[in-house]
Amino acid sequence: MIELLWSIFDVSLVLLVLALAWASCSTQDMMRAVTLFIALGLILAIIWARLKAPDLALAEAVIGAGISGALLLSAIKDYPSTTTVLSRQSSLVEWVINGMTLGLVIIMTWAVWHGLNMSDGLRLSEQVMSQVPVSGVSNPVTAVLLNFRAYDTLLELAVVLTAVLTVLNLNHKRADVAAASPLLRGMTRWLVPLLVVTAGYLLWVGAHAPGGAFQAGAMLASAMILLQLSNPSSLQGFNLTVLRILLVIGIFIFVLVGIWMMSVNDDFLAFNPAWAGSLILIIEFAATLSIATALTLAYLGGRPTGWEFTNPVHSTKQHNGEPS
Amino acid sequence: MIEALAILIIFCGLFFFLSGSIGLLRLPDLFSRLHALAKADNVGLALVTLGIIMLEPDPFNDIKLVIIWLLVLAASAISSHLVARHALRENRNND
Repeated sequence: MIELLWSIFDVSLVLLVLALAWASCSTQDMMRAVTLFIALGLILAIIWARLKAPDLALAEAVIGAGISGALLLSAIKDYPSTTTVLSRQSSLVEWVINGMTLGLVIIMTWAVWHGLNMSDGLRLSEQVMSQVPVSGVSNPVTAVLLNFRAYDTLLELAVVLTAVLTVLNLNHKRADVAAASPLLRGMTRWLVPLLVVTAGYLLWVGAHAPGGAFQAGAMLASAMILLQLSNPSSLQGFNLTVLRILLVIGIFIFVLVGIWMMSVNDDFLAFNPAWAGSLILIIEFAATLSIATALTLAYLGGRPTGWEFTNPVHSTKQHNGEPS
Repeated sequence: MIEALAILIIFCGLFFFLSGSIGLLRLPDLFSRLHALAKADNVGLALVTLGIIMLEPDPFNDIKLVIIWLLVLAASAISSHLVARHALRENRNND
């Protein structure tokens, strides 16, 4: 009986996510598309939770639904109201995109089916679980992200940094919105400390339970976004040197630890099992700060007031390359 | 006994969710829809939370559930307020 109910629940989740994806892609109204996309993110988070992947569920809820939703909603505001209706692609482009998507779906379905049924032998997850004791942390997801494939995570941080540097190069930050409702300010006043504590908790607990730098960083960024929405002046006058340092400290510490380990173990980012726990915590702490800074700057949509490039090459580029 | 009571309470909560959703679909304008949705969902969530607390033996998890309920309560009240406020201003600009 219970199993039947779970099956019904799961099937409705799958149908719901497909329907939301379809509706979000096919609607002409940009506002509606974004709203549906946020709902899609929330349903995806529940699906990850059902698949017993709480780390991904957390990340999807905070980043996929929360931060992306805020980014997309603020991006809509950049368009004049006449262009919020999506222009349809020409039919050839549409067919090419549809064909490529279909191909991707087939390949991924085959990969999952193959992984589940075809090959016997050692599973990747078994290999991970057998090595977790020497990784310095007991949460297998953190062990993979920050130890076994630390190099990939370093490059992911670099991707985030590159994206934000592009945003900073393109634009000044958006004009602050008009003074917000006193109720929102009141709630922000007690919600922001709570979010900061939760981010710290997620960062710390990542070593032995679901959590980690990306979730914690996104949580911190959402606190900053709330502050910006409710009281824009609270983010003004932030020391720009500190901001620049915060933006790159994650990658800096990561690379520093990697090079230090290279001098000890002859291999980039090869952690000693004895130190791995502390090293991972240090890296994650710095990464959390950088991710939070990067996501906040991305939400602001450009350089904060006073952040100017003094290099003349940059300033001419900025004049010519400004999107009209 | 406790279990049966908990399930009854959870179903009462679901009834409130259902009526809130029906209100969202059936009511004529934004303000009455918000009115239906925010209130019914908060009561619904309160009842569902209460039901789960009765089933959950660990007091630590009970506290977490209550905190979740309070957070959703605040968030839904504030977001409904913001939506309504925005709509009021739009109306005023259109007049």
